[in-house]
Amino acid sequence: MTQHVFKPDLPPPPREVGLAGWLRANLFSNWLNGLLTLLGLYLVWLIVPPLLDWAIFSADWSGETRSDCGREGACWVFVQVRFGQFMYGFYPVDARWRVDATLWLALVAAAPLLVRQFRHKVRYGLAYLLVYPWLAFWLLHGGLGLQVVPTSQWGGLMLTIIIAAVGIAGALPLGILLALGRRSDMPAIRVLCVTFIEFWRGVPLITVLFMSSVMLPLFLPEGMNLDKLLRAMLMVIFFEAAYIAEVVRGGLQAIPKGQYEAAAAMGLGYWRMMGLVILPQALKLVIPGIVNTFIALFKDTSLVIIIGLFDFLNSIKRATADPAWLGMSTEGYVFAALVYWLFCFGMSRYSMHLERRLDTGHRS
Amino acid sequence: MRTNGSTRRVGGSLLTDPQARAWLFQIVAVVAVVAFGWFLFHNTQANLAHRGINSGFGFLDNAAGFGIPQHLIDYSESDTYGRVFWVGLLNTLLVSVVGIVLATVLGFVLGVARLSPNWLIRKLATLYIETFRNIPPLLQIFFVYFAVIGPLPGPRDSLSLGDLVFVNNRGLQLPAPSAGDGFWAFWLALLLAIVLCGVLARWAKARRDATGRRFPLFWSALALLVAVPWLAALLWGSPFQWDVPQLQRFNIRGGWTVIPELVAIVVALSVYTAAFIGETVRAGIQAVSRGQTEAAASLGLRPGQLLRLVIIPQALRVIVPPLTSQYLNLAKNSSLAAAIGYPDMVSLFAGTVLNQTGQAIETMAITMSVYLAISISISLLMNAYNKRIALTER
Amino acid sequence: MTRVKSTLAVLGAAALLGASGVTHAGATLDAVKNKGFVQCGISDGLPGFSFADAKGQYQGIDVDVCRAVAAAVFGDAGKVKFSPLTAKERFTALQSGEVDVLSRNTTWTSSRDAAMGLNFTGVTYYDGQGFLVNKEIGVNSAKELDGATVCIQAGTTTELNLSDYFRANNLKYTPITYDTSDESAKSLESGRCDVLTSDQSQLYAQRIKLAKPDDYVVLPEVISKEPLGPAVRQGDEEWFDIVRWTLFAMLNAEELGVTAANVEDMAKTTKNPDVARLLGAEGEYGKDLKLNKNWAVQIVKQVGNYGEVFERNVGKGSELKIERGLNALWNKGGLHYAPPVR
Repeated sequence: MTQHVFKPDLPPPPREVGLAGWLRANLFSNWLNGLLTLLGLYLVWLIVPPLLDWAIFSADWSGETRSDCGREGACWVFVQVRFGQFMYGFYPVDARWRVDATLWLALVAAAPLLVRQFRHKVRYGLAYLLVYPWLAFWLLHGGLGLQVVPTSQWGGLMLTIIIAAVGIAGALPLGILLALGRRSDMPAIRVLCVTFIEFWRGVPLITVLFMSSVMLPLFLPEGMNLDKLLRAMLMVIFFEAAYIAEVVRGGLQAIPKGQYEAAAAMGLGYWRMMGLVILPQALKLVIPGIVNTFIALFKDTSLVIIIGLFDFLNSIKRATADPAWLGMSTEGYVFAALVYWLFCFGMSRYSMHLERRLDTGHRS
Repeated sequence: MRTNGSTRRVGGSLLTDPQARAWLFQIVAVVAVVAFGWFLFHNTQANLAHRGINSGFGFLDNAAGFGIPQHLIDYSESDTYGRVFWVGLLNTLLVSVVGIVLATVLGFVLGVARLSPNWLIRKLATLYIETFRNIPPLLQIFFVYFAVIGPLPGPRDSLSLGDLVFVNNRGLQLPAPSAGDGFWAFWLALLLAIVLCGVLARWAKARRDATGRRFPLFWSALALLVAVPWLAALLWGSPFQWDVPQLQRFNIRGGWTVIPELVAIVVALSVYTAAFIGETVRAGIQAVSRGQTEAAASLGLRPGQLLRLVIIPQALRVIVPPLTSQYLNLAKNSSLAAAIGYPDMVSLFAGTVLNQTGQAIETMAITMSVYLAISISISLLMNAYNKRIALTER
Repeated sequence: MTRVKSTLAVLGAAALLGASGVTHAGATLDAVKNKGFVQCGISDGLPGFSFADAKGQYQGIDVDVCRAVAAAVFGDAGKVKFSPLTAKERFTALQSGEVDVLSRNTTWTSSRDAAMGLNFTGVTYYDGQGFLVNKEIGVNSAKELDGATVCIQAGTTTELNLSDYFRANNLKYTPITYDTSDESAKSLESGRCDVLTSDQSQLYAQRIKLAKPDDYVVLPEVISKEPLGPAVRQGDEEWFDIVRWTLFAMLNAEELGVTAANVEDMAKTTKNPDVARLLGAEGEYGKDLKLNKNWAVQIVKQVGNYGEVFERNVGKGSELKIERGLNALWNKGGLHYAPPVR
């Protein structure tokens, strides 16, 4: 009995593996693809080298004034010199540590929430939400021993982040309430919520910002007035809450009826049913939508330029109008774009991470 | 949700009876809202009267007295504020419509490119989408306007294409057609061609249903649309006379001028919105199950047919609702035109007119109603379209 | 019809709430005193009139008028907060009570005075509309501007004057309208427009903001009357008088030779009855205005007389170097003529 010996497998043909194979499969699978690849390569060649050259290799990186920018490329000196203003606006220089402290406090205090083993997340989170805003307001605005910095001096990236943070913190709860209201059994509540949502989704943010900034006192009794920044924040909150409401409604609709019935059968009242059974499931489903709304909100903060608040974009735009730095529009806007991009891209990546972590695999 | 009703207890007090409680709650809410509205209304009236501010819409009949750089309907300084309203509205609609069309085309290309088997194309599309959707549209508008169009040469050094088309920092100047000898013949011929195409399509469908044979409809329709008007132009003379732009002392005059503000806003908005539409389209195509592709391929459909007859119709059902909200966003974002001085609704009506008349409440109310109306019309249109393509299950 | 309806609504509202006394004549002064500062609407970056220096401090004629009002009301020129407003926002902001005084190179016209619920309190600067062009295009007169592209600021009288002037002279033009002066200056520089039109004082101010101011020239034509002045809301005579007499006090101070340097000495030692009345050494003229006795002293001491303010911000002491011209006092060939304090 002779044992049959298998011949060893032949190696795959060289054109199917390795670099050649990858190229063939991904770039040149047929003549059309080959053409597209060449076109793409041409596009890359057209854009990337000049861009890198402008932004990095022939750029001026250090100096003090306009005259230090003699080279072909970008003049990052401009950004460097104005950096403080871009970050803090007209916030007094000797009080800027307070802004930094506010930010660090937020990050450090929020750290336990990210630790998986931490037990009392809910309680801690609620305490955080109750305590931190007051602390932040005190640090930023002053009073009680600190020099008062009126909101008219707030500006730069700091203002952008403040508006966005307050907007997010306000729009999420309001949006959830509106979504619940829209699906309520009570017709009057439903009509009110639908009207509110559709109104805010139908008008451009800049018209309501304009209205809030100059017309609001016309609607209020004489002598009563609200801070300009506060009014802008309220408008941002209402505007984005309407969008959140629609996203959350999508989540609520996706929860099977059985869940409602089971919760009711357990004797849970409306708020407990929503809070303990329905919303946790619904919100988890719509995390991407909610984060997308937050990203939109962050981008929308740039519109406060229309009502003359000195947010990040406006401080850059103002700096480009400085006669000592004329012709720096491109540098300024590229820098602004980079910063906005980092924030928005970061948020979208975090949402993907969150989505994966919370995915219980129950999707049907 | 619908849990009350059956849980009603007999003889419960007002607060423990869920239904009574619901009524009470609703009444309180409505009264609160009405009271708040009345409070605002009263304050406004009192403030207006006390400060001697004119109110009412009579101002719409007054002469405006200022010039507008771009008007789609005839407009001169002696026209009324009412006319300015229409100019602004049309300019807003122009941005919205052109923006929507461009963004849709670019977005579909991006969406398909995102799923291309070609690695490079896929990555480029991803790069585009991740870049542009994460930058505020206002910033993109500023960038295009100040950093791209701003540095273009002035009218005297414009880049030109055979002295017919000029590009400079005053915009894009094109030859403008005006009615020539064969003008009416041309349009009648075009109409005729369209009717013929309709008839042809019906006939082709009937034949396909009956015999299963396909007819090259697209190419024959195209041939019809080109040949018939061309024949008319040959017989009755050229339909258009071309008004070619010419350099004068300050500007290039004559022809059509596309002002740079319009270019900036349309380019920036379509680039921005296309990134979102691209993602929508990708998600829609991916939502079509793989079995559909395989089944279609096994029926012998070619890749083009497969995409057109099987994938796209099914993907559209997923795409249309989010696409609608992108269209709405674009229409609303067109109000950002005010930031670079494009004469749209916000800058013209809620800006200049408001300022010349001082009637903030009326102008803002009109402006917001217009945007609401635009939003609602887009919603209705897209909903109707959605209903038409929706899955009809039997 | 609409007018009738809104009147009915007002009547209804008034009847419903009875004499709740929401508003009364002295409301603005009381409100200002309660909050402890004057909220003043200014322009958003116009050298000489109002602009923020590198530290964010506002300077300029318009700003000084606000500071003078604060000095008159509180005896402290620092008790004022500024709201930078675009031309488009300004009237709404004043009407709505967002600002107490609008001191923002605003032209006094009949319709603004009568129909918009504003009252102009006087003239701080007599101006006229002009044109700023690049020397390169070789234009010496506005009449040669046929076919030009013109940059303007939205929501200004200049927008209307421009169209009047070009129509009257049968010239064609394309207007490009921006919200802020920064943008119009930028556009002139980039060549988006051939001409920038605005009040002449603003043209000088914008010219120094350009990278190469010497390449640009202001054309000789002045095509309109532009009396610029502060405005307040209608219906509050008391506040109107305070703002109006603040300006008159500055003008009278110049006429009487009272300056920031000598005002305190003069208040004590003056023999001139006019000066004594102005500075509160004689009579109770401050009280009539519901102000302190030494209101004018505070204005001149902390802000200066009109001449000092003018020279410091737009005249010899500034980069603008504008001549007094129409803005000299009446006895020096100009138009400024303040009624006497008595």
